[in-house]
Amino acid sequence: MEPAERKELEALAKEIRKLTIDEIGFLGVGHIGGSMSVIEALSVIYHRHLRYDPKNPNKADRDRFVMSKGHAGPAVYAMLAHKGFFPQDWLHTLNVGGTNLPSHCDRTKTPGIDMSTGSLGQGFSAACGIALGQRMDKNGTRTYCIIGDGESNEGIIWEAAMTAAHYKLDNLIAFTDNNKMQIDGVTKDIMSMDRLLERWTSFGWNTVEVDGHNVEAIDRAVTEAKAHQGQPSMIILDTIKGKGCSFCEGKVESHNLAYTMDQVREALAALN
Amino acid sequence: MSDAPKEMRAVYNETLMELAAVNPNIVVVEADLMRATGTIPFMKAFPDRAINVGVAEANLVGVASGLSSTGKIPFAATFACFASRRAYDQFFLSSNYAKLNVKLVGTDPGVMAVFNGGTHMPFEDLALMRVIPDLTIVEPSDPVSLKAFIKLAAARYGCVYLRMPRKPAPSFYPADESFEFGKAKLLREGKDVVLVALGALMVAEALKAADLLKVKGVSAAVIDVLTLKPLDGALIGTWAKKCGKVVTMENHQAIGGLGSAVAEYLMENGIAVKFARQGVKDLFGEVGTLDYLQARFQLTAADTVRIVESL
Repeated sequence: MEPAERKELEALAKEIRKLTIDEIGFLGVGHIGGSMSVIEALSVIYHRHLRYDPKNPNKADRDRFVMSKGHAGPAVYAMLAHKGFFPQDWLHTLNVGGTNLPSHCDRTKTPGIDMSTGSLGQGFSAACGIALGQRMDKNGTRTYCIIGDGESNEGIIWEAAMTAAHYKLDNLIAFTDNNKMQIDGVTKDIMSMDRLLERWTSFGWNTVEVDGHNVEAIDRAVTEAKAHQGQPSMIILDTIKGKGCSFCEGKVESHNLAYTMDQVREALAALN
Repeated sequence: MSDAPKEMRAVYNETLMELAAVNPNIVVVEADLMRATGTIPFMKAFPDRAINVGVAEANLVGVASGLSSTGKIPFAATFACFASRRAYDQFFLSSNYAKLNVKLVGTDPGVMAVFNGGTHMPFEDLALMRVIPDLTIVEPSDPVSLKAFIKLAAARYGCVYLRMPRKPAPSFYPADESFEFGKAKLLREGKDVVLVALGALMVAEALKAADLLKVKGVSAAVIDVLTLKPLDGALIGTWAKKCGKVVTMENHQAIGGLGSAVAEYLMENGIAVKFARQGVKDLFGEVGTLDYLQARFQLTAADTVRIVESL
């Protein structure tokens, strides 16, 4: 990757991070921690790989993106707004009654959202179905899907992992946001998800682990996953919950946090 | 009426193969029960459009939901106990809340799970499915209506729960009978009581019960409900008023299924009649032959007659 391209991606990530902090802060409460940890992955996916048309979000031959950890919806909304799927001022309607931007992703409400998610594990199962459908259509499209490490406690994650490997879904590129925290604490205390990479490798997936906040590393992993044939790919993102948000980085309580616009200003200043 | 009893699963497979031959979007999704649901021939004819996710019913419905979001029309089948109890959250959210296009087929309804016993005996699937907003629920009563409703389900966008026995069932309708969602069929006219029945087993019992009642001088009308949701309240209400007595008949708990749906309709529409529900009385299933289980759970025509006489 050229230095200019890396700078561009890093600037995008910073912008999406700021929009997301403001989006949730304007409401006053929300899933900030798990939104912050996926920002770099989202930036690489939406800026470099995913094929879509913001003016025609349901275009038949688009790539699909599924945020299986549906509570990271606010981060996806910030990206979709930035990319022109809908006006940026929608971000201040997050979770307001009647909004098009509900806490958890909803394909019936938000332009650019390909799957409704929120009951953990289900989005990943649906992503396998989407990838199967794309392969039947033989149009070369791909499905990208982000799951959480806490989400990976769900049995259906591993049911779907078997299906994707069995059907050799090399058009499915998945990411685990391995931020090592879940609602009740750090994952090693609540439900240990150690040796995550080995788990996925043993399930028959093409696997790689990268620094989930290094856009260049993520981009390289996705580029290699796209070229990989005969297996679905799992990119384990080594991330920090709340990354880049001064008042919640690395804090367990950042999963769903109340905060003020003063804190938003403080966090945005720190980012600048 | 027309043919010798035909295996319902054979009808399921044949109809899907017929549809798939002209519609490339028809897809079969299974969870290691292709042998049971009869779709092996479909898989052989359309190997790229038959997905088997293994013994994983939650993933069955998740994958079907994803497939439908790419424009496929997935028919996902498993035993009704698993389709409802085990994959409920997936069907509720990934299929229905997401407004996708999944046709979920639950086989071996109620006592028809016979030798698989209580663990596999769904007496509650209709109650669970009824509370999913906007879901269409259909239980065809014979091979002709089964074929028709599979075609109707494929032709219309939206989720459907189709409850289906696998074993042979006699046909009550001529091959060219037309059906639509939300429309019941009056199988027999009557003056004294209307038997409102759902599904192959209970519609057959209703017709038997009407014959038994006739001998006793009681004239029983018989309605084949077919679509549980939306319920054909107009037809049921009309015959309830004509007869003054209603007995609902379902191969399911008396709670939450057909009996509840009909009671709700009658009460809310001011139709005051004598009313009773024939169904399983707050019990779990158990193992046995169909005859044993029908007697055990009071789902026979003789039970119907007793209920009518006590009204």
